[in-house]
Amino acid sequence: MNETPPPTAAKGSHDEFGMIHPAPDPNEGDAAVLRTEELLLNMGPQHPSTHGVLRVVLDLEGERILKATPHLGYLHRGTEKLAEGKTYQQIVTLTDRLDYVCAMTNNFAYVRAVEKLLGVTVPPRAEYIRTIVAEMQRISGHLFWLGTQALDIGAMTVFFYTFREREVLIGLFEKLCGARLTYSYYTIGGVGNDLTPEIIAALRAFLKTFPEKIAEYNTLLETNRIWLARTKNVAVISAEDAVAYSLTGPTLRGSGVNYDIRKAEPYAAYADVEWEVPLGKNGDTYDRYFIRVEEIRQSARIVSQCLDKLPDGPISIDVPGITYPSKDRVMVDMESLIHHFKMACEGIKPPKGEIYCATEAPKGELGFYINSDGGNHPYRLKIRSPSFVHLGAFDHMARGYLIADIVTIFGTYDVVMGECDR
Amino acid sequence: MHPIESFLQARCPDAVTGVKNAFGELTITVAKARLAEVCRALRDDPEWSFDFLSDVSSVDFPDAEERFEVNYHLYSIGRRHRVRLKARVGEEDCRIDSVTPLWAGANFMEREVYDLMGIEFVNHPDLRRIMLTDDFDGFPLRKDYPTEGRGWRTTFEFLPTTDGPVS
Repeated sequence: MNETPPPTAAKGSHDEFGMIHPAPDPNEGDAAVLRTEELLLNMGPQHPSTHGVLRVVLDLEGERILKATPHLGYLHRGTEKLAEGKTYQQIVTLTDRLDYVCAMTNNFAYVRAVEKLLGVTVPPRAEYIRTIVAEMQRISGHLFWLGTQALDIGAMTVFFYTFREREVLIGLFEKLCGARLTYSYYTIGGVGNDLTPEIIAALRAFLKTFPEKIAEYNTLLETNRIWLARTKNVAVISAEDAVAYSLTGPTLRGSGVNYDIRKAEPYAAYADVEWEVPLGKNGDTYDRYFIRVEEIRQSARIVSQCLDKLPDGPISIDVPGITYPSKDRVMVDMESLIHHFKMACEGIKPPKGEIYCATEAPKGELGFYINSDGGNHPYRLKIRSPSFVHLGAFDHMARGYLIADIVTIFGTYDVVMGECDR
Repeated sequence: MHPIESFLQARCPDAVTGVKNAFGELTITVAKARLAEVCRALRDDPEWSFDFLSDVSSVDFPDAEERFEVNYHLYSIGRRHRVRLKARVGEEDCRIDSVTPLWAGANFMEREVYDLMGIEFVNHPDLRRIMLTDDFDGFPLRKDYPTEGRGWRTTFEFLPTTDGPVS
């Protein structure tokens, strides 16, 4: 034990626990007594607050974040490369696995892109059903965000409340298409199943009590001192910076920039119903919380108006070469059977060309760039996912905050790594 | 002639090599060396004010004279219009100017293109792989990247090999 020579006074001295205390340098005064050095801290990829497998390396000075470097790719599955070997209908199932919290809007964004390439418009009833289902998904996605963000910050009750309502919506999706998370409900040219009177009645009943439920979440959070202290003035980004960093969705609108694709380039039935785009002022986490809650209200408004106006008619186009023939015809009609086989084997062959189609997903602008060479699978499919782009601003938004805020900053984008890493 | 084309003719002469309007989208092909200049002109001009970069993507055409195509999807939040800028990049000199100085959001988008397609962005502040690990070999989104076979993981020393050699 005593074999190591005792440290000299110049290097410092060991205390009873073996810690070295550097001796003060007589030339530098008191400042040299404390040793300062930057600390590297590794957050993730298994940290529960990262909502998946995001890893961030933090350069810390004390508790302050000097720099945050996101390391992505832990969930990279090569979706874009996979899509190059699949027919256009098969890719719908791949899009479910992007943002697995809001699979419906992913399906929607993709089928819209393919329909733009094909130059087809879907029947009015299908447009309305698409709008209703996408807004139900937005509600459930925002409820998911609200619950988990509050849970991360330490307010556990909100999580149970929001998941109670989310469960109702997921139950309706299950009735609608048989799946609870990976729906593949939207098809190229329409939707898979019709809204039954039973689902419509359940949805109306849900919408009737839903405003009270939103008030309940707000009772827990809106003026909660801990929630305010943890979200006000955290992860602030100015409007100019938010635009420069290509932020979209509630993250952009929290800074007061009015950009919602549903208003800017209306699609589906959004132009036929009345609703507003909520905007924030300060660009902090509290404003983004406020906006998401307000968007839930607006989505509920859209859904109930769409239910009132829901037109009758087919739920999908019937165009040979784009849609499958209906099952009852396949069973009795030879030509329909051949058509069915050709669709399954060869798939859709859109014209040669390229398109970029942006859709407002709950997290922001979900864009599909499709380059078609005229074949039955895309020559190149690029997914512009909001989560990936948002993480580009992570360093900018995390600098200068305390390490305790990092969990808030993770949550403020509503990041889903399946979509980010693709 | 589309007004944006005449604007670019006046501002950046000879930079535009092609204009195409298809599927309701405007595509402007730009000489590779002039791309950053054109982007700056489109961003700073008050009439066009393309202040928002939606996306940067890339396409590989192995048989073409200049193999790669880099696409920039611009949007103007104030004016509500979109445009696609396109530049061709050859395989030998596989590099193009970065637009990160113009739009901070281009940082990650260009890193992704670099990672998966292998196009270098000159003046990029932090050009590293983003999805794949630093020691990954090859660029998976290129058309000549093999899509069959056991791939890179067979070279991992820490994975036991229970079957024969893999070609």
